[in-house]
Amino acid sequence: MSDDARAVVLRRIRAAMPTTGPVAVPRSYEHGALTGAADVAWFAETVSEYRARVRYVAPTDIAATVAELVGAGTAVIPADLPPDWVRGVCTVADDPPLSIDELDRSDAVVTGCALGIAATGTIVLDAGAAQGRRALTLVPDHHICVIGTHQIVETVPQGFAALDPVRPLTFISGPSATSDIELERVEGVHGPRTLDVLIVDGLG
Amino acid sequence: MTPVFLGTPGVGNLRGELKFPKAARIALGNAQLRRNIGHATHTIRAKRAVAVAECADWEELRAAGSAIKQDVMARLPELLEQFEHKVTARGGVVHWARDGDEANRIVAQLIRDTGSDEVVKVKSMATQETGLNEYLESVGIAAFETDLAELIVQLGHDKPSHILVPAIHRNRAEIRDIFNREMPEAGTLTDEPRVLAMAAREHLRRKFLSAKVAVSGANFGIAETGTLAVVESEGNGRMCLTLPQTLITVMGIEKLIPTFAHLEVFMQLLPRSSTAERMNPYTSMWTGVYPGDGPQEFHLVLMDNGRTRVLADEVGRAALHCIRCSACLNVCPVYEHTGGHAYGSVYPGPIGAILSPLLTGTTGPDDPNASLPYASSLCGACFEACPVRIDIPSILVHLRAEQVDADSGFGGQDLAMKAAQWAMASDRRFSLAEKALGLGRVVARGGKIRALPWPVSKWTASRDIPAPPAQSFRQWWSQTHE
Repeated sequence: MSDDARAVVLRRIRAAMPTTGPVAVPRSYEHGALTGAADVAWFAETVSEYRARVRYVAPTDIAATVAELVGAGTAVIPADLPPDWVRGVCTVADDPPLSIDELDRSDAVVTGCALGIAATGTIVLDAGAAQGRRALTLVPDHHICVIGTHQIVETVPQGFAALDPVRPLTFISGPSATSDIELERVEGVHGPRTLDVLIVDGLG
Repeated sequence: MTPVFLGTPGVGNLRGELKFPKAARIALGNAQLRRNIGHATHTIRAKRAVAVAECADWEELRAAGSAIKQDVMARLPELLEQFEHKVTARGGVVHWARDGDEANRIVAQLIRDTGSDEVVKVKSMATQETGLNEYLESVGIAAFETDLAELIVQLGHDKPSHILVPAIHRNRAEIRDIFNREMPEAGTLTDEPRVLAMAAREHLRRKFLSAKVAVSGANFGIAETGTLAVVESEGNGRMCLTLPQTLITVMGIEKLIPTFAHLEVFMQLLPRSSTAERMNPYTSMWTGVYPGDGPQEFHLVLMDNGRTRVLADEVGRAALHCIRCSACLNVCPVYEHTGGHAYGSVYPGPIGAILSPLLTGTTGPDDPNASLPYASSLCGACFEACPVRIDIPSILVHLRAEQVDADSGFGGQDLAMKAAQWAMASDRRFSLAEKALGLGRVVARGGKIRALPWPVSKWTASRDIPAPPAQSFRQWWSQTHE
């Protein structure tokens, strides 16, 4: 019998574990698929309750809105961000990859996302189209995230059903926050302190 | 330099030095601590109730969460092997540790192999449990806690007192004083929570941006895909999981869940139960290594450290279902008054009162962990709040019974119980005992008995006994009905 740690731990588990066999998991909680269009107003409400700034934007107004939000600063963008979103904005593409210090010196980052969840006010990034690698949305202090209404689901199970677990996933619900001082929520710690979510009907 | 452990060598910080009643008495003497903990727990209780009430299917989610964890325990070896295989296939390296010491040694060696002598850390109960920071310091590696509450504990040279908010025993003014003392570069701070959070951001930012190695725990590991999940608020987790070149994750073997879809249950239960939010600000999930995105070297340490001992206890094994939300601490009438330090272990409160003795085993009535199952009034609030339905009161009673069986000595309680057994076994003896009980009225003052000789003095030292009635029920019945 092997006595390396792996063999020992597995042997201890086999000696200790219940002999019931697999246990059936009741799935009687709400997990139905989305029927019809998602409740976009609900998403906007829950996102803004976490102190993210929410705007409804027409597809043709994305660039003007981003320009207004970025102001005189520079925005980092993933290499595959639709150019229409940042026309007229001073941008730096992450191609070749920017150093951490370059990300730290930039004022904002503009990305798309994988989906949004209305029940919890969450946007999910999966490093897919228009999102780039994870550091982009982390180091700059201001994240501007564009979401199409077709990307919004209502429940957490609907969100999980639409995601690929082996991609790098980041769930974002409001700007960075802490409850560590007297269990009261305070926004703005290490992640971006400002989060703008632009909800676009008729995107792509 | 010799490693200094707060707790027992081998298992780490799972056992205090004092038995609970003694430690609790010290805590109860600290009025500031009681005020701070009382304030924080009452704030979060009300908020949690609102967050939970929003979910019409809360009970169904709890039932699912409980069943998923039961299923994991019944299939743990095959799930762990599947998990290991998937992590390895995606570029991760898996290590196994029998106990906390072994986990610490593995982590230290992995850090040395990178050539670095410092690490940034994401808040992790597993590494709190093993005393990793103290160990690393003893071998010349500096560990920087990056979670705000952990930072407050580290800078205050203090011990954690809560699972989620280790500095819950500190109020804003005390935190300001610690920061002013330990972070002189931050200038003079006010006690505004926002100002304090900003000071922590400034203090840690350079560390994050230049760190080469990070150490994290894990909230969940997904067997089906080899995916790991870290649930957090501040973004310090994302910093540690994304920017360094090397990531080392220490995970207890019980943190596994079978599939990605199962996470939909826990990602609804956990945030609402712990911080009373619909969703925590940030959750990161990763599977192995991604070329060009995040750490290019990933190590996972799978740790036992007493978990298989818990698993072997048929009643107690449900303690392994715990997802570390800390709802049971926040609703507990005992924790609310004593705070976390009195429990000795890094796992305080109701879950700690069962988990700590189960993880370490107990060595007899003088073992501080043997006193923990008595740190409860069995009111049941913890069971009601637990998002995965761990029946903590039943496990407390089970552990008390085991100890009574194991200790069966000649303490006052044992004598009293044996006397009661003898008296109650015969109708005649019981009647005589009832008559004797009536004598208690002789020593009562104002309807209460305040002091009695040993062994009953153990009870009357801190409680009054109501004076017995002039007549017992049986005496009254026989007079009026026969």
